Amino acid sequence: MPKPCSLLGLEHLSADDVTRFLKLARKMHTPHPKPLLRGKRIALLFYEPSTRTRVSFEFAAKLLGTHTSVISADSSSITKGESIVDTGKTLQALGADCIVVRHPSSGAPNVLARNLRIPIINAGDGMHEHPSQGLLDAYTMLRHKKSLKGLRVAMVGDIQHSRVVRSNVHLLSKFGAQVILCGPPELLPDTAAALAPDVKISRHMEEALRKADVIMMLRVQKERLAGLKLDAHKYVAQYQLTPERLKLAKNDAIVMHPGPMVRGMEIQSEIADGPQSVIEEQVQNGVYVRMAILTACMGVA
Amino acid sequence: MKTAGKEFGLIRVNSRLSNLTIRNGLLIDPSQKLEGKYDLLLKDGRVAEIAQAGKLKGKGDENIDARGMIVCPGLIDIHVHLREPGQSHKETIASGTLAAAAGGFTSVCCMPNTAPVNDNADVTRWMLDPARGAHVNVFPIAAATLGSKGEQMTDFASLRKAGAVAVTDDGKPILNDAIMRQAFLGAGKLGIPVIQHAEDTRMTAGSAMNSGPTAFRLGLRGWPSEAESNLVERDVRLAAETKAHYHVAHLSTAGALKAVRKGKHNHLNVTCEVTPHHFALIDENVGDYDTNFKMNPPLRSKADREALLVGLADGAIDCIATDHAPHSFDEKNREFDHAPFGIIGLETALGLCISILGVKHKIPLRRIVELLSTNPAKVMGLAGRGTLARGAYADVTVFDAAKKWTYHAKDSHSKSKNSPFDGWQMQGRAVATVVGGEVKFRA
Repeated sequence: MPKPCSLLGLEHLSADDVTRFLKLARKMHTPHPKPLLRGKRIALLFYEPSTRTRVSFEFAAKLLGTHTSVISADSSSITKGESIVDTGKTLQALGADCIVVRHPSSGAPNVLARNLRIPIINAGDGMHEHPSQGLLDAYTMLRHKKSLKGLRVAMVGDIQHSRVVRSNVHLLSKFGAQVILCGPPELLPDTAAALAPDVKISRHMEEALRKADVIMMLRVQKERLAGLKLDAHKYVAQYQLTPERLKLAKNDAIVMHPGPMVRGMEIQSEIADGPQSVIEEQVQNGVYVRMAILTACMGVA
Repeated sequence: MKTAGKEFGLIRVNSRLSNLTIRNGLLIDPSQKLEGKYDLLLKDGRVAEIAQAGKLKGKGDENIDARGMIVCPGLIDIHVHLREPGQSHKETIASGTLAAAAGGFTSVCCMPNTAPVNDNADVTRWMLDPARGAHVNVFPIAAATLGSKGEQMTDFASLRKAGAVAVTDDGKPILNDAIMRQAFLGAGKLGIPVIQHAEDTRMTAGSAMNSGPTAFRLGLRGWPSEAESNLVERDVRLAAETKAHYHVAHLSTAGALKAVRKGKHNHLNVTCEVTPHHFALIDENVGDYDTNFKMNPPLRSKADREALLVGLADGAIDCIATDHAPHSFDEKNREFDHAPFGIIGLETALGLCISILGVKHKIPLRRIVELLSTNPAKVMGLAGRGTLARGAYADVTVFDAAKKWTYHAKDSHSKSKNSPFDGWQMQGRAVATVVGGEVKFRA
């Protein structure tokens, strides 16, 4: 039986590790999953607001037969000044078998993993990684495309502040996909190209979308702009996904968005709800992928 | 090594000697352009005599046999945080100076960001009170503005009189031109340097490490090198206007070094220091959020590090200073962006200088001694230190430049253990630290 392990990010995983998660997710993709983690206790430690990730992990955990407890920053001892290490140690002492953590600080899950004995699952840390999202995005791509190898994936928008991008780039690069990052310099520094092999940067959406197999749109993260002023009109004019721009991609291109979406900003409604959109499917697949993550990290499969 | 009549262990030693000889070592004293086998006689706290090796036999009440060792003027660290008053859980003047002695330092200059801030003569005098139990010479650096708030000047003259050797708002850079000009004018009258922690904080809010690929990879806000170089450029202009002595603390970027070079070229009184960690490490070494690699200024790019190595070799950089910044384990054991900046450095400085500058980059020991002793004394105006000229203070460091050893942070004499060099193999280590003629440390 595999050993319990933390999932802090996708950067340090091998392609085989990723494949293992994805295979397991396919097994979970069934109307009646087995309660493989019956009786285990999962703590969902959320320092940041979240709808889909939190509920997705919670449903995934419950479908596997676990007891779950959601701890949010505003209704716990965190408001009394307890450190993340002490909060983690408390949850461990209460018998948590695993902690799923969402935190505004990049690297916060690493701090927990260094200080605790139980597996830590990163549910999104600052601007660093969002590994469960990266895995569910790959899972969704593979429902529509034969292989990730050679796939042309354009990610457009607020790259700098996106943990989803970082996880996706690491994963896709391991499988030989071609990644094109697109956005204005203030949201996409040139250094982003050094994140992984085969990553290109484009400042023009038309160039980025041409012949794309996958288009991933990203929200401008107003909460992380830290004083940066952005001209919304200009942004929409240059980087919004419109039907005209979508035509530049391959006919069978799929449109993705990790959510939350701002309709009319980065994406037009008719595309978000259109035939090429797999945005809802991403959310659905999230539950299976997170079941796979929980099971694998707890060393049960 | 043994000294007549006394066994020394790996512990600190505090023996009051009327006179002491240090014999048979290779003496390096750049202040006198001396490099050779000499014996040294220390008497009543002063250097009494330097003579050809073998000539001073039988003159000392006690002797250190320094055969195979380097003997040099005591090392001086002009940038340390001793945390007292106010933060004695991190360090005390006693524990910090014990670490200094163990690292071969005979003098340290301590920064004013204590609680309360060292912005008046009472605090300065408190720091210098023998009751603090300092193991080496302590020279306080006073705040340039009240509370280091950058608004109202402190009383430089009374601080100087109480024992302060320079002024700075270290950690709280002086951004306001008018205040910086006033600081230069006030310090200029007293002939003391204004030290600037050069960081334009308007460009670094929320930043935890240097901008670049590693910051992007880790999703941390990047700290541009211009935040340092822009401010140094401004300060050099003001120093030219006021003819004052401007000293750049912990210079870390190629751009700031260029500005310092320009100032020197124009014959301005501009000096700078570089820390061992900035010539030993780069931003990539942060790894996956190791907070012992979080410091201010942050670890920089490879190109910056290379520029520093050039400056250390060619003389553009005046001194090496550690920016010894102790923090408790719990304070560092947290989210990278919330952890405090800084690392301890007193016990690793000499080893890093010899291993990296000496062995790897072939910088001669003479130059290393200049960076660690001769120049720091000059920059801070510490008369009679940084030299072994007859009549100078009997501050001497004896070190083994060939000694290979492994640094274990847990064995540090500092109260804190926050070092990125834990487990590092080094070459070069202090074997005896003599302060005012007294042996304060023996390995």
